[in-house]
Amino acid sequence: MTNALSRLMTTRDWLLADGATGTTLFNMGLQSGDAPEFWNVDHTDRITALYQGAVDAGSDLFLTNTFGGNAARLKLHDGQSRVFELNKAGAEIGREVADKSGRDVIVAGSVGPTGEIMEPMGALTHASAVEMFHEQAEGLKAGGADIVWVETISAAEEFKAAAEAFALADMPWCGTMSFDTAGRTMMGITSAEMVKLVGKLPNAPLAFGANCGVGSSDLLRTVKGFVDAEPTTPLISKGNAGIPKYVDGHIHYDGTPELMADYACLARDLGATIIGGCCGTTPDHLRSMRSALETRPKADAPSLEDISSALGGFSSESDGTDGAGPTRAPRRGRRRS
Amino acid sequence: MSDEDDIILSELNDDDLVAQMFDDLYDGLKEEIEEGVNILLERGWAPYDILTKALVGGMTIVGHDFRDGILFVPEVLLAANAMKGGMFILKPLLAETGAPRVGKMVIGTVKGDIHDIGKNLVGMMMEGAGFEVVDLGINNAVESYMEAIKAEDADILGMSALLTTTMPYMKVVIDTMIEEGIRDDYTILVGGAPLNEEFGKAIGADAYCRDAAVAVETAKTFMARKHNQGATA
Repeated sequence: MTNALSRLMTTRDWLLADGATGTTLFNMGLQSGDAPEFWNVDHTDRITALYQGAVDAGSDLFLTNTFGGNAARLKLHDGQSRVFELNKAGAEIGREVADKSGRDVIVAGSVGPTGEIMEPMGALTHASAVEMFHEQAEGLKAGGADIVWVETISAAEEFKAAAEAFALADMPWCGTMSFDTAGRTMMGITSAEMVKLVGKLPNAPLAFGANCGVGSSDLLRTVKGFVDAEPTTPLISKGNAGIPKYVDGHIHYDGTPELMADYACLARDLGATIIGGCCGTTPDHLRSMRSALETRPKADAPSLEDISSALGGFSSESDGTDGAGPTRAPRRGRRRS
Repeated sequence: MSDEDDIILSELNDDDLVAQMFDDLYDGLKEEIEEGVNILLERGWAPYDILTKALVGGMTIVGHDFRDGILFVPEVLLAANAMKGGMFILKPLLAETGAPRVGKMVIGTVKGDIHDIGKNLVGMMMEGAGFEVVDLGINNAVESYMEAIKAEDADILGMSALLTTTMPYMKVVIDTMIEEGIRDDYTILVGGAPLNEEFGKAIGADAYCRDAAVAVETAKTFMARKHNQGATA
């Protein structure tokens, strides 16, 4: 399959993705509780500025302001009938910014989780999840997105539903999960398990990886877990700029541009191809990451010790891939059939 | 599995049955839990003893393993669902027999925050520990919390936020309670991915709870303290 992202990946060793969407929009005056996706129509200038910030800072790829643009999320704002419109609008603004940049910049249509729990534990069926993701992907496609990009997923079932929907929309795609619970996703998926999951999908993504989660060191431990499981697909690393801290009534992410520059180079040295930030990552962070990736030569893959000494310690001792994690206490040993 | 591995619940003595119910809760086997509860009732167990010894006991193990990163959300949801099956049988009987109240919690995500998976999980685990839970859902203004804690005669107020932009609203609620002079009538627990202990202290909550299992343990500790104070007052 030929598309803008796979073409760009053949000419470059690494690509710089973007940083934060939500935290940036809040700084532009988005009120908590409002749907950011409405701004794709109501405040196009601000969304243009959001994308432009990433592109001017050197991003080769940015995600559209459509994270919560599925029917389940928009329903909470009574916007469930506007899925196609809002996603198309978010992608169109992106297309315009990318086309004006004078270089190859990829518009990746962001697709976030439904926020619901899938069967059998929850109420969301596979069919309705596919339908929601498909509807969103069609809007992003119509708006001119190069690819679609599902992110911050925690359940394998939801990741599979998104993959199926993107095949229906005939869109090339990338996908990332969020590993925020003792090195696993909220639903318990380890990095190694995600590699297996991706390997079994009938329509493989162009790249896959991790976003958000805890801090940048945890994120790189996850990337190392991917590498150790020998994936055949390029890897994505999109970590938060540190950890949120409450300072004088405001929330501030404590990762500096210098720290994120170190993070970006370590991600590349581990073997990640698409490298970016997530929450708290501003254009200043991105500029610093870009310049470090361009000027610092590639080094040997860092060990876990190298990562924690450069970026700080991990949130848990094990991430479930080393067999050293806690295990279940001995049981009565009898189970009924 | 061969026939000899099958366990007939009604053939187990009380201790073995309770131990088996712990395992069945752990495995999220709802029908087996319902069967176990009915057998214990037939054997003359008090509903309150079944709740605390069999069900809450089993959910405590689930909670510990969730806290320790052995179990994850899907397993906990299945366990909570099995627990619910047992509670459905016990609830009317508990009311009839005037069993002691473990505690009552009002819970909801704060104004502006529509992310409710964490809050739902805490609610389920609290019910699993025998608490009564009044779920206010998402996007709660201070008035909605104030009205509910008073109307429900709650012991505990739980507030949840997933966004860094919504978490400061928790302080608005606590400050209002202070103004009305009712702050100390309630235990206030806060939680959500971007929070931490420092934040909980800064806004005047009684405790920050890292996850649903910690929320349950913390709630139990505060309820025990409250009972002790009641006894010495």
